[in-house]
Amino acid sequence: MPDGAYNYAYLDEQTKRMIRRAILKAVAVPGYQVPFGGREMPLPYGWGTGGIQVTAAIIGQDDTLKVIDQGADDTTNAVSIRRFFARVADVATTTRTEEATVIQTRHRVPETPLKDGQILVFQVPIPEPLRMLEPRETETRTLHALTEYGVMQVSLYESIARHGRIAKTYNYPVLVNGRYMMSPSPIPKFDNPKLDNNPALQLYGAGREKRIYAVPPYTSVKSLDFEDHPFEIETWTECCALCDSKESFLDEMIVDDAGKRMFVCSDTDYCQERQQQHRPEKT
Amino acid sequence: MTALAAGFDDSSHDSQRVFRAVLDAFSHPGRILAIPAKVEAPGALSIAATAFLLTLVDRETPLWLAPDLDSAEVRDFVRFHTGAPIAPVTAAAAFALITPARQPMLDGFAIGSDPYPDRSATLVIEVPALRGGPNRTLRGPGIDGSIIAGIAGLADSFWSEWAANRALFPCGVDVVFAAGSELLALPRSIAVQC
Repeated sequence: MPDGAYNYAYLDEQTKRMIRRAILKAVAVPGYQVPFGGREMPLPYGWGTGGIQVTAAIIGQDDTLKVIDQGADDTTNAVSIRRFFARVADVATTTRTEEATVIQTRHRVPETPLKDGQILVFQVPIPEPLRMLEPRETETRTLHALTEYGVMQVSLYESIARHGRIAKTYNYPVLVNGRYMMSPSPIPKFDNPKLDNNPALQLYGAGREKRIYAVPPYTSVKSLDFEDHPFEIETWTECCALCDSKESFLDEMIVDDAGKRMFVCSDTDYCQERQQQHRPEKT
Repeated sequence: MTALAAGFDDSSHDSQRVFRAVLDAFSHPGRILAIPAKVEAPGALSIAATAFLLTLVDRETPLWLAPDLDSAEVRDFVRFHTGAPIAPVTAAAAFALITPARQPMLDGFAIGSDPYPDRSATLVIEVPALRGGPNRTLRGPGIDGSIIAGIAGLADSFWSEWAANRALFPCGVDVVFAAGSELLALPRSIAVQC
């Protein structure tokens, strides 16, 4: 049963309409950050207030919600946001990527390919990709208006000059639909190729900065690079210690005081699926 | 005095379902979506246009009504159910309800600015049907390759207006075609080939 003390999905109808209008403009102009009247949410900034407002504006009783934090369904942020929507929106929840209609995520894109009709909602701390290079909002807005992104190319070039390669490993800037530079949120650059031409709709919500942006399905998302320094994703020599995957994003764990290490999938649902398929005797 | 047409049975859940249909339409331009809620349409409005208004229009969004759709019945409906002010001129409208009788169709509405392309109007265009008209090929974000749309009742000049609107990107208006209880969206990012 939904909690009767709150309106359906926590936000009032007027706020939901305002966010819904912002989402439609965000979809119409892929990668452009639409300002919206972000509300106070019952959790602090940095815990997904933007993502939660986007989810609250789109979610309905027919939806099945999955929430992940760094790929995991069972971490604090994921558990509390999932329980929040189960309570205020009377919505079914799941940990299975393929069963979910709405997936709210912090800092990962699921390993299991997404489908047409699914919506991926990203929690975004700093929506402006140029912010660390140009602190003034008036200036970054003008740079976007003029498609003047040279400052980011220079920053990537300086990284090559200093480190011999582009050293940025997460929040790696992308160009959406050949027009807007966009922050993909702090996902590892490993996930950047999954954003490109994805059949699912991607919505990005930044609560503190009060911005919403979107990548429609089947839209080009290109990671910035140079001809002689093409974009590359992380690779591992190890495979997952639990499911043997060689294709997924791996977390490194220190398992004892002697510094013994193991590598496991960051995506818990993907890892468990593989463990059940490949090692049925262990389940 | 005519009776006021009813709004949604359940404004929260019905508007959520209709919004998802509209979002689906915007993120898959050219795809025809059915309105998943019951509404009574006032005056000359279609069910789809009525549901769209009930879902997205409110006191913050001035609505412009084309003269051939404007009536006391429609104004009362909008005022009672949404509270949206009726925009006196097209440039002041956040949303507009028009028909192909308006020529030129897209002229005079807010297109946003280069720093703020979101400050542009969304037009709901009432057409006789979303199928059976001349086939046009749509390409752009949301479309896997290309899709054919056969919107009926549009003059050829609409598509040259659309090409001019497309050339303004990232500025420009966004369009939702409504017929009966179905809608189809044409965001400004979509290129159309005749």
